[in-house]
Amino acid sequence: MAQTYHTTVGSRSYRFANLAELMAKATPPRSGDRLAGVMAESAEERVVAQMVLAELPLTTFLNEALIPYEEDEITRLIIDDHDADAFAPIRHLTVGDFRNWLLSDHATSDVLTELKAGITPEMAAAVSKLMRNQDLILVAKKCRVTTAFRNTIGLPGRLSTRLQPNHPTDDVTGIAASILDGLLYGSGDAVIGINPATDNVAQSVKLMRLMDEVIQKYQIPTQSCVLTHVTNTLEAIEQGAPVDLVFQSIGGTEATNRSFGFDLSTLAEAEAAAQSLNRGTVGRNVMYFETGQGSSLSADAHHGLDQQSCEARAYAVARKFKPLLVNTVVGFIGPEYLFDGKEITRAGLEDHFCGKLLGVPMGCDVCYTNHAEADQNDMDNLLTLLGVAGCNFIMGIPGSDDIMLNYQTTSFHDALYARRVLGLKAAPEFERWLEEMQIFQDVSTHRLNDQLPAAFANSLRHLPKEPRHGT
Amino acid sequence: MAHDPVVENPWEWLNAFTDARIGLGRAGVSLPTSKLLAFQLAHAQAQDAVHCPLDVEALSSELTQALDLSEAPLRLHSHAQDRATYLQRPDYGRRLNDETREHLQKAAASQQRYDLAIVVVDGLSALAVQQNSAPFLGTLYQMLSSDAADWQLAPLTLVEQGRVAIGDEIGALLNADAVLVMIGERPGLSSPDSLGLYMTWAPEPGLKDDRRNCISNVRPAGLQVEEAARRFFLLLKEARQLKLSGVKLKDRSEDDVLEGDSASGSTRNFLVAD
Repeated sequence: MAQTYHTTVGSRSYRFANLAELMAKATPPRSGDRLAGVMAESAEERVVAQMVLAELPLTTFLNEALIPYEEDEITRLIIDDHDADAFAPIRHLTVGDFRNWLLSDHATSDVLTELKAGITPEMAAAVSKLMRNQDLILVAKKCRVTTAFRNTIGLPGRLSTRLQPNHPTDDVTGIAASILDGLLYGSGDAVIGINPATDNVAQSVKLMRLMDEVIQKYQIPTQSCVLTHVTNTLEAIEQGAPVDLVFQSIGGTEATNRSFGFDLSTLAEAEAAAQSLNRGTVGRNVMYFETGQGSSLSADAHHGLDQQSCEARAYAVARKFKPLLVNTVVGFIGPEYLFDGKEITRAGLEDHFCGKLLGVPMGCDVCYTNHAEADQNDMDNLLTLLGVAGCNFIMGIPGSDDIMLNYQTTSFHDALYARRVLGLKAAPEFERWLEEMQIFQDVSTHRLNDQLPAAFANSLRHLPKEPRHGT
Repeated sequence: MAHDPVVENPWEWLNAFTDARIGLGRAGVSLPTSKLLAFQLAHAQAQDAVHCPLDVEALSSELTQALDLSEAPLRLHSHAQDRATYLQRPDYGRRLNDETREHLQKAAASQQRYDLAIVVVDGLSALAVQQNSAPFLGTLYQMLSSDAADWQLAPLTLVEQGRVAIGDEIGALLNADAVLVMIGERPGLSSPDSLGLYMTWAPEPGLKDDRRNCISNVRPAGLQVEEAARRFFLLLKEARQLKLSGVKLKDRSEDDVLEGDSASGSTRNFLVAD
């Protein structure tokens, strides 16, 4: 079954021991693959691997699993859920032809929507390795993945944001201040989502109630989420907490997910529990997943695969549970996996492309840590590229500075920059709310109100003005 | 004023209630110049902090004094010889180098069992470790010694160029039932000094993250050392009772909620005051 791959370029002959090695060596360079010892040994070997990969029939990926079927429930999910009818139109193609086909005029948004159940993560990963950044952008832009809960996310011409009001001690006034700041900058249509400072059930329930009260009082057409472990959210649901979305970090191998403390049956149980609450008004997508290249290697659960192939497999996990949002937290993991701005940018575009091709509602945490070789300029570039590519959502945080997770992501200002320069809008229900609340003077031209809107001015009267610190 | 291109936010004064960069104002929809430059300065300082080395000598004598130790902490070093290697090879940071492993093996030759091994690791912020270790451990030692149960502590260890998982190897070599790793977290723009606490029951090399419990953001402007020590001690006692740690051991410290200004479960705040 497993075959080796040989080719000769000039006087040099190359051999790739198996499909996993071929995939890894065809991958554009990044530090995580170097760390794993699976990267191409020379620039020439990389392109040779891409040439060999381009000749491979797509059906190879149905016959040869990168991780054995018997050993890994994600492989079983990918194979068992593969839709042969949807696959039929591209069944005869090689990986290289698949790239041509995706770029062709034939591959319209409707055709790509029909196709997604026939594509496996490995096919998406393989073709992405042959694609330039502009290819990843162009094809992703054609893919449409729309989801809904209290608003509709992923419509063409829309860019949503997760309002992320994290606070290092979960102080409710501090969190409320960040929520207010975000709302008044038009942020929060994807979700208002808090990473709690400490993972415990009671704390999570408290934060769920806090956000639920705000959403109800101001009648905000959005949803909330506390990004705690899935088993905590299950307990919170049992306790009667107002859970909109269930969060979990997921990876592309069973062993990765075991290291995160869950398996597919846990996610199925959580989805059913959240569905039973019936809290959505315009849709029933109740899951929020986060992913990121390097998590499998970090958990020593990568089975010798390159990190981008592992990442694409995580999207098979995601799509099984019909999520509202899937977020690749691309620069969070650090320089040992994605070394600099160039590697982070490439990975962000790959993840967005692979996710969208597979039918996953892809957003991106355009981010970096202080030990990576990256800065705000790199984030501006990736944000702009993803905006062009039709990314469903990005993060929104005060001044780009997450004071709880200690990393930098896109700010409320950044989202407005992207919306303005690319002519993108918030989710339609949320956009109407922004106008009704007079947060914008003119929402169509992205002109914010210079004054404090009345509803919020009222609320601020409840707070004693303490001496301002800083300037 | 009429043509001032910067629009200030009327809610800017809320920044008295959080360190988050709220109410920054805007030029159009973009950051005003002063706020842009303040951010760039903070980022430059955080990048510099990553590369600042731990002053092991100073920390060792500070801890010896503050904790009234009969012997100075054991000084260990990971397999990553310098910061550049450390940043690119996390696997090296997770295991001891040969020299200090032998050193530790000799120190643990008595085969005595311990209830807890405490491992202080530089991680990505030597500043965090330098600043918070002695106050935290002072509080924790007090709690342990005044507890009804007896707590046998393994020799304290200090590790350079280490990652969290290096505690598993150290805890196992020291025959400890549980290990506490105190490590400098990656510096944030507003928090170059944040300490993380990781507790593992029955440490051994090769354990995954699902076996650990974490308490993060321990620093003067974050989670206070007293509260951090209290939470850790509760976790430790529960781990000893159930003989496990990680996701199967939920953090259920007493009032169960963490809040800056009060220990209540109230969600009361100005946005929903009426």
